[in-house]
Amino acid sequence: MGSLLAASGSGSDFPLLNALILVPVAGALIVALLPRSRPDLARPLGTLFAAIGGALALALAWQFDAADAGFQFVSQQSWIPALGISWHVGVDGISLWLVVLTSVVVPIVLAGVDPHHDPKPYTAWMLLLQAGSVGAFVALDLFLFFVMFEVVLVPMYFLIAGWGYEGRRYAATKFFIYTMAGSALLLVAIVATAVLGSPDSGITFDLQTLAEGQLLGENTARLCFVAFAIAFLVKVPVVPLHTWLPDAHTEAPTAGSVVLAAVLLKLGTYGLLRFGLYLFPEASDWAAPVLVTVGVVGVIWGAITAAMQRDLKRLVAYSSVAHMGFIVLGIFAFTAQAVGGGVIQMVNHGISTGALFLLVGMLYERRNTRQIDELAGIQSAAPVYAGVFTLIMLSSVGVPGLNGFVGEFLILIGSFDTRPVWTIIAATGVILAALYLLWAYQRVFHGPPAAADRQTADLRRGELLTLAPFVIAAVALGVYPKPLLNAVEPAADKLLEHFEEYSGFEVPELGDPVVVDHGDSSGEHDEDGH
Amino acid sequence: MAQVEIAFDAPAVDWWVLTPQIILVGAALGLLLAASLAPRALPGWVSTIVTIATGAATAITAAVQWNDWGSAPRSTLKDAFVSDGFSLLLTVLVGAGVVMTALVAHSALDRYEMAPPEFAALLLASAAGAVVMAGANDLIVLFLGLESLSIALYVLIALAGRRASARESAMKYFVLGAFSSAFFLYGIALVYGSTGSTNLSGIGGFLFGSIRETDYLLLAGIALLLVGLGFKVAAVPFHFWAPDVYEGAPSPVTGYLASIAKAAGFAALARVLYVAVAEQSIAWAPILIGLAFATLAVGAVMAICQNDVKRMLAYSSISHAGFVLVGFSAVPATSGLVQWTEGGGDAVSSSVFYLIVYSFMALGSFAVLSVVGAELQSSEPDASAHALSRYGGFARRRPVLALAFTVLLLAQAGVPFTAGFWAKLGVILAAVDARGYVLPAVAMVTAVVSAFAYLRVVLAMYAPEGSSEDEGGTPTARASRQRWGNLPLTSVFAISLAVAVTVVVGVLPQTLLEWSRDAILSIVL
Repeated sequence: MGSLLAASGSGSDFPLLNALILVPVAGALIVALLPRSRPDLARPLGTLFAAIGGALALALAWQFDAADAGFQFVSQQSWIPALGISWHVGVDGISLWLVVLTSVVVPIVLAGVDPHHDPKPYTAWMLLLQAGSVGAFVALDLFLFFVMFEVVLVPMYFLIAGWGYEGRRYAATKFFIYTMAGSALLLVAIVATAVLGSPDSGITFDLQTLAEGQLLGENTARLCFVAFAIAFLVKVPVVPLHTWLPDAHTEAPTAGSVVLAAVLLKLGTYGLLRFGLYLFPEASDWAAPVLVTVGVVGVIWGAITAAMQRDLKRLVAYSSVAHMGFIVLGIFAFTAQAVGGGVIQMVNHGISTGALFLLVGMLYERRNTRQIDELAGIQSAAPVYAGVFTLIMLSSVGVPGLNGFVGEFLILIGSFDTRPVWTIIAATGVILAALYLLWAYQRVFHGPPAAADRQTADLRRGELLTLAPFVIAAVALGVYPKPLLNAVEPAADKLLEHFEEYSGFEVPELGDPVVVDHGDSSGEHDEDGH
Repeated sequence: MAQVEIAFDAPAVDWWVLTPQIILVGAALGLLLAASLAPRALPGWVSTIVTIATGAATAITAAVQWNDWGSAPRSTLKDAFVSDGFSLLLTVLVGAGVVMTALVAHSALDRYEMAPPEFAALLLASAAGAVVMAGANDLIVLFLGLESLSIALYVLIALAGRRASARESAMKYFVLGAFSSAFFLYGIALVYGSTGSTNLSGIGGFLFGSIRETDYLLLAGIALLLVGLGFKVAAVPFHFWAPDVYEGAPSPVTGYLASIAKAAGFAALARVLYVAVAEQSIAWAPILIGLAFATLAVGAVMAICQNDVKRMLAYSSISHAGFVLVGFSAVPATSGLVQWTEGGGDAVSSSVFYLIVYSFMALGSFAVLSVVGAELQSSEPDASAHALSRYGGFARRRPVLALAFTVLLLAQAGVPFTAGFWAKLGVILAAVDARGYVLPAVAMVTAVVSAFAYLRVVLAMYAPEGSSEDEGGTPTARASRQRWGNLPLTSVFAISLAVAVTVVVGVLPQTLLEWSRDAILSIVL
């Protein structure tokens, strides 16, 4: 089942995943070496490299065998044999869409968002961000994952510090320190996991070997899990570890906010799935009550705080906290629907929140303000902008027919079987989401426009083109989420099978496919496995 | 051998083993001689070239020797001096350090009004001391190495005596250094009293062969040796001299002080602890762990409080010493012999790896400071030397140099794909392997704290001209944007070397990991 050989790359032998990482790196190097006299070349060239990555990612999705639950396109090279560290990458249904999302979002924002100054380093950092994020999503070696997880910090830090708004230096430092504090413990835990959990044949950092072996003692595994979880929960972020996020999001340049929301936050939830559930099944079960609680607290807290914000960008940032709380709930509900829904919600949150940040950025470009009470009646001056905003907002609220609905609904249905109380509380978060977003919309877009509001220009063609992929994805995945689900489902099932085998947790049977008409099914369920 | 009548039994000398020291001392003496006999003052580049050639020759000799007998150590002078992988690897490091220091100092000597031949001779003499320390197998020889290193360094700092800060720095270093030497000597006496030998392997053999009651004389001796060496490596609470001395000394000398002098101190520590008194690890490992805790915490916390970049780097160098101590203290709790060799191997080799990597980062960072110091001084001679506020807009004026400094700082913070990351990983791995968890966790937390200190500098450099993170500040307004313009070429070369090592080892650490693992075999076995 977990054999490395079984999961050889389907299709050609072209190392697609390595190319997905290395093409942006090459792009970054080339952009960085451009002559100083031609700064105008940086963005087009960088966009080209990022877009090659995007095209490769789409090819990856095309060649991906949805029926195969194991890792595909696996590539393994020895890196530091003395420590049992290897360059081991592969993709399964859980990581596939995150890879695609990353590789597609970066070229779009590179092409669509103007950095205003120093395009050369800006482009190089964005490309490195793409490479690092993809690397983190496809890493199958604990060590490689950690390296990529850390590497992502550096470009993001410089993007915020270099191209952000007034409070950027505070925000950038806070972002770096928070995340690095989390990953400091992560490193110790990774090392401890490898040292104590390796088979007798020698130390290894290989994820599959360690996860299939399950050689750690119970208490050790729990301790290590706690360290892993803290690192990931900072990144997600959950309340009370979230305070870096509003600052980072608000002060980051638009492109930075989009990538932060669409990609970086997912590193946390993805990490919880891949390195929490998979590596420490028993400990995940043990800690699940706490994690579900912080997830739900995040849902409610994020929603209420978002409703209070006066800054539109900050509002979107807090809505992220709420949405990510849902995903944490889904992951630790331990049902195939909830976990699958969590993965899908990761992608959908990336699409809708990413687009919201783009829209807020475009508004700021026009008005030089994001304060809600300085804006009014934009609808009449910029109808197209208002239309796009409405659609994306509704997708973020989770209106049926748009992408946001699918994930949230699956999470709620799936979680109800194992965590009914928390699910009911979390469901109120959906209502709160409608409340804060619609209220904000009402204040900004309706009402009597002031003179400045009346002069707000509508979307230009370039901006429309930038937003188009997000809008199309929001509608398409809302109407027909099947391709997404098809790939996620086997991987989620397999992960839960593994989880069940080692944790003693009984995942309730819910009938086969993840279809919405099974909301009433209820099997034998067990609160938390003890 | 039957009828040797002479009173003094001169030990056999294996000259080839001693070649690195001979090269260093010979070059130092030769330079002094030439400088005093020459009718006119020797031009600066002569001493620089001689120093570089000597450093390179030393490193190459050591490398050749390692290739010759690396796995089978040779000793000479009646086993008082041993040439094994450990001493040879450190000799190579010392050689590289000499080369880099000479390169950086070349352009700075005028500014500090230091005479080139004297500077070069003292540098080489101190390097010879460091090499002796790395290979000493006798406490007396160790002390001799320690003193040649230290005394040369006192004078080296005092050479820049036109500056009050340098005079103060030299005086402080001298007084405290002499103090610590006294501790060390007293420790030697006590250990000798307890074991009847000053030879490290002799002591080790004596202790290994006997089951003994707790020997307070020996324990007190070990404690005093630890105090003496703790001063040299600036471990908390013996660190008080370091920030002042580092700040006051000329930047090239500070780099040397922070890297090579510290490495030599740690080399001596490794030999004493792991060759002579390894059997007593139950007694000294907890002390080392305590020192490591204190050193990490104080170094990191004090580093973030500094508003002077040079002083910040001084404190960060203390926290790096803490990391090295984490590696050294990672002795398996149950020190059965088999486990001992395994765990102990990881412990020392990770520390050696850390030392090598750190030395290059420190040499590079202080080389940058030396260049920046020259520029800042020429623009505003009076302001405080390396105030953080004066680094505002540095990235605009000197983009490439700022980038190099950023790489070195991030490497010190332990960012992946830099050598600093593997170094931290190595010591953490060793500590976890020895079943210690609190120390590595604390170490990583302090790493985050110091990361903040490094980030402040990076932020300041990339901040727009004149605005600084801290209130007020003196905008060093010089709009002209020069990429290379009038940067001293030798310094650029040294900095590039440091950055190259940092990045190459960061991506491909395997070779250096293997070297440091091979190097310590003769110590821990």
